[in-house]
Amino acid sequence: MALPKRIIKETERLMAEPAPGIQAIPHDDNLRYFDVIISGPAQSPFEGGDFKLELFLPEEYPMAPPKVRFLTKIYHPNIDKLGRICLDILKDKWSPALQIRTVLLSIQALLSAPNPDDPLANDVAQHWKENEQDAIKTARQWTAQYAHA
Amino acid sequence: MSAMDHDDDYMNEDDDGDDYTQDTQESWMDQDDDDDEDVEEDFGAGDGFEPVVADRDIKKGYQVEFEVHSIDDIVAFQTQEVAHVAGILGCRPEHAATLLRAFKWNKERLIERYMENPEDVANQAGVVMDADKQAVFSKSADGFECQICYTDDDDLDTVALHCGHRFHTECYAHYLQQKICEEGESRRIQCCQSKCTAIVDEATIEKLVPPDVLTRYRMLLIRTYVDDSVHLKWCPGPDCEYAIKCHVPQNQLQEVVPTVRCKCGFTSCFGCGLDDHQPCICILVKFWLKKCADDSETANWISANTKECLKCQTTIEKNGGCNHMTCKKCKYEFCWVCAGPWSDHGTAWYSCNRWEEKASVEARDSQARSRKALERYLHYYNRYANHIQSAKLSSVLLQKTAAKMEALQSTSTLSWIEVQFLRKACDVLLEARMTMKWTYAFAYFLKHDNMRDLFEDNQRDLEMAVENLNELLERPIPGVEGTGTLSTQNSSMSLGGGGVGIPTTASDPRGAPLSPLSKDISSASIPGTATPPPAAGAAVSVEEGIRVLRQQVLDKMGYLKTRREVLLTDTAQGLREHRWMLNVDLKTGVVNE
Ligand SMILES: [Zn+2]
Ligand SMILES: [Zn+2]
Ligand SMILES: [Zn+2]
Ligand SMILES: [Zn+2]
Ligand SMILES: [Zn+2]
Ligand SMILES: [Zn+2]
Repeated sequence: MALPKRIIKETERLMAEPAPGIQAIPHDDNLRYFDVIISGPAQSPFEGGDFKLELFLPEEYPMAPPKVRFLTKIYHPNIDKLGRICLDILKDKWSPALQIRTVLLSIQALLSAPNPDDPLANDVAQHWKENEQDAIKTARQWTAQYAHA
Repeated sequence: MSAMDHDDDYMNEDDDGDDYTQDTQESWMDQDDDDDEDVEEDFGAGDGFEPVVADRDIKKGYQVEFEVHSIDDIVAFQTQEVAHVAGILGCRPEHAATLLRAFKWNKERLIERYMENPEDVANQAGVVMDADKQAVFSKSADGFECQICYTDDDDLDTVALHCGHRFHTECYAHYLQQKICEEGESRRIQCCQSKCTAIVDEATIEKLVPPDVLTRYRMLLIRTYVDDSVHLKWCPGPDCEYAIKCHVPQNQLQEVVPTVRCKCGFTSCFGCGLDDHQPCICILVKFWLKKCADDSETANWISANTKECLKCQTTIEKNGGCNHMTCKKCKYEFCWVCAGPWSDHGTAWYSCNRWEEKASVEARDSQARSRKALERYLHYYNRYANHIQSAKLSSVLLQKTAAKMEALQSTSTLSWIEVQFLRKACDVLLEARMTMKWTYAFAYFLKHDNMRDLFEDNQRDLEMAVENLNELLERPIPGVEGTGTLSTQNSSMSLGGGGVGIPTTASDPRGAPLSPLSKDISSASIPGTATPPPAAGAAVSVEEGIRVLRQQVLDKMGYLKTRREVLLTDTAQGLREHRWMLNVDLKTGVVNE
């Protein structure tokens, strides 16, 4: 099926003006599938890490949100073992006027501001609430161990 | 006026205290009542048993007030409410509708809140009341690019809600379709723009989506309306589209069983949505069904009464008080208490006894308790299951009755209407069986006191009335061709049984075909079947026999109805008076034997 104009234009713009700290490149053989790298934001426990994600635009896109998942292991209360992300705009708060760029920026923002009150990984969230310093230490260790190129 | 104000007055005829308003409401209620009559009044007048059916309009002590509403009723009611609110607030009907939905149709609260702070209320509901700031459909201007499809062609049809976020109409339609058909949204579909809280109102949706999507949207609105209202529930009947309105609140379900009867004919409990379970209250029904589903009772019985021989694994049942057990098969001797070989006991017996005294006494007591508990449960369960089994055979009874009714019409001068008494009797019988079934579940949870004795007296009287009517319905009609055959089948598949145990008919639930070919040897000897067609002179006595039978059926049916009324009324009254002492903790479901 031909790629909708929306996806073609959106990809062109994303390549022409990438968001800082974010790289998203479509596969040659499947223009709905993107390899994504998000750099850990400064002042966060993920600083210095490069996190790989996969992003897929389903058939219904942009009526339905893109599917995004972390491939790099990450210690974060809103991201589970399988790399799934708890983010409202990827679920009920999705709007067809949002874009790949806004989604990835929101994920980057989530790395800067973990929200242990809306957890996906319960054990991590618990750790974060009970001993934030220690949880941040673990997150740094994981970043060093798994997210270094 | 809040909905809670009416929690106490569900028994009243008067529905004024409703959370809807009076005048508008009552006209459509009245209509309903009229329709309702058509459903049940299918027995013609002049057939001699009006007193038996004419009592249905008077609410009995065990009945609750309820109304049956069609989808059209609900739509009409909503339209009235919307028009009323639009009139008071001086706004467009679609905005009134959005506001009402945001307030879950609590009109009084909406108006009160709106009068206090119109801006806030409108904002929270996602509405702009200003008639000038409505959805604007226009052609795209220069430089416009739809942020959904990224099309920037000239002259695009576009639309923007009052918030000003403008999109291509085609994309908007697609978006609405996704929300309605894929996500099942209706009440709160927001503007396409991320984080914009403007609500797409009904009038705008009407202009944007195709008819099939619009139909689905309207259906979803009605669904949410019923789901939002604590007093409305969909009838659980198969493929039924009526909603039932009833004001019995959840917190009164320990004192009343809110049985409701839909226009589709389905009778259900408004409290829990299960099939009618008078006179047993919802929570006990839940406990009982769980207990029945739980096979552990049977396992308890086996452990309470039997042990395996340690040598040959033969099951041994203990039936005396002596602990010295001898296996009948291999003659192994052992101690029931510790299961060790008896030879080890001898002089050491006392040590076994003493060492284990407390534990063994407890064990024996708990075995005895367990056994007693099981016997008690089985007593009620067998009777409960018997009525279920009999009811399962209802289709057979109905079939046979239909055949009898035909035979009656062809043999006698009775008309179709005049033979309906048989059909009616079947219905009364089945209804009574359903009641009987739940009386056993209820009695299981009653503490043994004088009140339970009285309950069980009523139960016994009803049980006898059920079996008497059943027996009569299965009896051949003297001189009427075809009814004797039926009776033979009946005798091989007693529909009532003595009340104890599962009837042997379980193996043949559908029953034998009604064709005369199914006659077995014994049927030929039944008087009546083998008789030739009645001669002219005999016809008079056949008519007479039918007349007598009809009177008997009517009498027994009337008596059965009375017994059922008595039991239900008394049980319901007892619930209200907290007269029934339960042996079960209603929080945990644990039964204290
Ligand atoms: Zn568009
Ligand atoms: Zn908007
Ligand atoms: Zn129904
Ligand atoms: Zn119930
Ligand atoms: Zn043995
Ligand atoms: Zn012993």
